[in-house]
This record gives sequence, C-alpha cells and structure tokens, in this order.
Amino acid sequence: MTPRDVACQELVELVTEYLEGALPPDEVAAVDQHLVDCDPCLRYLRQMRATGAALRLVPAEQVTETLSDQAVDTLLDAFRRRR
Amino acid sequence: MLRVARAHVHSHATAEEVVQETWLGVLRALDQFEGRAQLRTWVFRILVNVARRHGKREARMNAELAGPTVDPDRFRGDDDPDWPRHWRDDGLPVDTDPEPALLAREFRDVLAAALGELPERQRAVVELRDVHGFDAQEVCEVLDLTPANQRVLLHRGRARLRAAWEAAS
Repeated sequence: MTPRDVACQELVELVTEYLEGALPPDEVAAVDQHLVDCDPCLRYLRQMRATGAALRLVPAEQVTETLSDQAVDTLLDAFRRRR
Repeated sequence: MLRVARAHVHSHATAEEVVQETWLGVLRALDQFEGRAQLRTWVFRILVNVARRHGKREARMNAELAGPTVDPDRFRGDDDPDWPRHWRDDGLPVDTDPEPALLAREFRDVLAAALGELPERQRAVVELRDVHGFDAQEVCEVLDLTPANQRVLLHRGRARLRAAWEAAS
C-alpha cells in the first residue's frame, strides 16, 4: 500500500510523535515518505531533535530554580511515595 | 454538587476538585455564615464561584494546547495548485546548522532563557525530559499526565524553543 500524502503543515505537528515512536506504522511510513522528498521538513525534524539534545548540555543548575513550585511539590510527593 | 460543577468545567476530575475545595471553603467560612440565606444556597454560591475559577483555568490550559505550533503564514494555502500546505519559499525553516550551534554557549543561553518563558506545564515536561533526562513514562508519573498529554506538552514546548533558536540565528 502506498503511504498517504502528508502536507508539510501537517508534518510539523507530527514530528514529536514520530520522534517518540508513538505513531502507528502506516503513519510512520507516510512521514518517512514525505521526508525522502522534502529537505525543509527534514531540516525541521533535525532542529526539533537537536533542540532536545542541546538542552541536555544546559547545566541543570541554570534551569532548576525555574522549575515551578507545583512541579517541585509533585516531584517531592512522588519521591516520598516511592520510599 | 458534582453536576453543578460539571456545568462550569470539562472534566470529571476537575469537578471533583471543585466540590472538595467548596467544602473546605464552607468549613473555613462557616463563622461568617449569617443565616440570611439558606445554608444550601450559600454552599452552592461558593460552589459556583469555585467552579467558575477552575473553569477559567481549564480553558486557559486548553487554549495553551490548541492551534498550530508553526506560523500558518509560512505555508502555502490549502488551495495552492501545486503544493497545498507545503512550505512557502519565504517561510522555510532557517538553516541553523545544528552541529556547531549545539556547542555554542550563546545558543544554550538562548534555549535556557526561552525555557523560562514557556507556559508552566510545557516547561515542566521539557525540563524533565530534555534537561534532566527523564523518560516519557517517568514524566507521566511524576506530573500525573496521560502519555498523549505528555507528548503534546513536549511538542509544543520544543516547537517554541526551536522557534526561539531560529529567531536568534
């Protein structure tokens, strides 16, 4: 079966599900098919992936204090439950 | 009470929170109850106030998750004869050359600053996933999110950061 056509505007919203391995196989095939022919979308996908990768190089101390109080509370709760 | 709450909020879970918060509010304010209204009316008035507040917050959160992550003006129209909804020539993603950029300190600073500007839930997900290296399942557990919501928040957060990086390139 030929994969369905995906428009660029649609692809940019599928990128994360694609990278996360959350798309069903026929949708993966459709995205793959699009990326073969579309350099701008390939660039977009690489930039989204690189954004995540680059954040790993941001020292945690640089962002930790910006974690919201609610997220910190939730985190602490989760850790307490685990003990 | 749940049914009244549901008229103002979209999810059952939020409605339960509303009822819980209402009873807490009733207990706290009981001393101020002057007996001019029926107790029942008074309780429901508190309920509706709490529900409205939660409803507004819920609407804000849903709005945060709606709409495209890339400016629609960067794509051709639906009626384009050749390439409907494909990138316009003047809307292409800027070639940011990720490899050297990854190593550049100012680039990391741009990302860290943009991260601080994200809406709270997007920021929490992106920080845990990308800065601290949690996997998707851990983030769902810690932040009490469904896998689909976790992905949507990650997607929207990363898309904004990518745009900030592109704008700074």
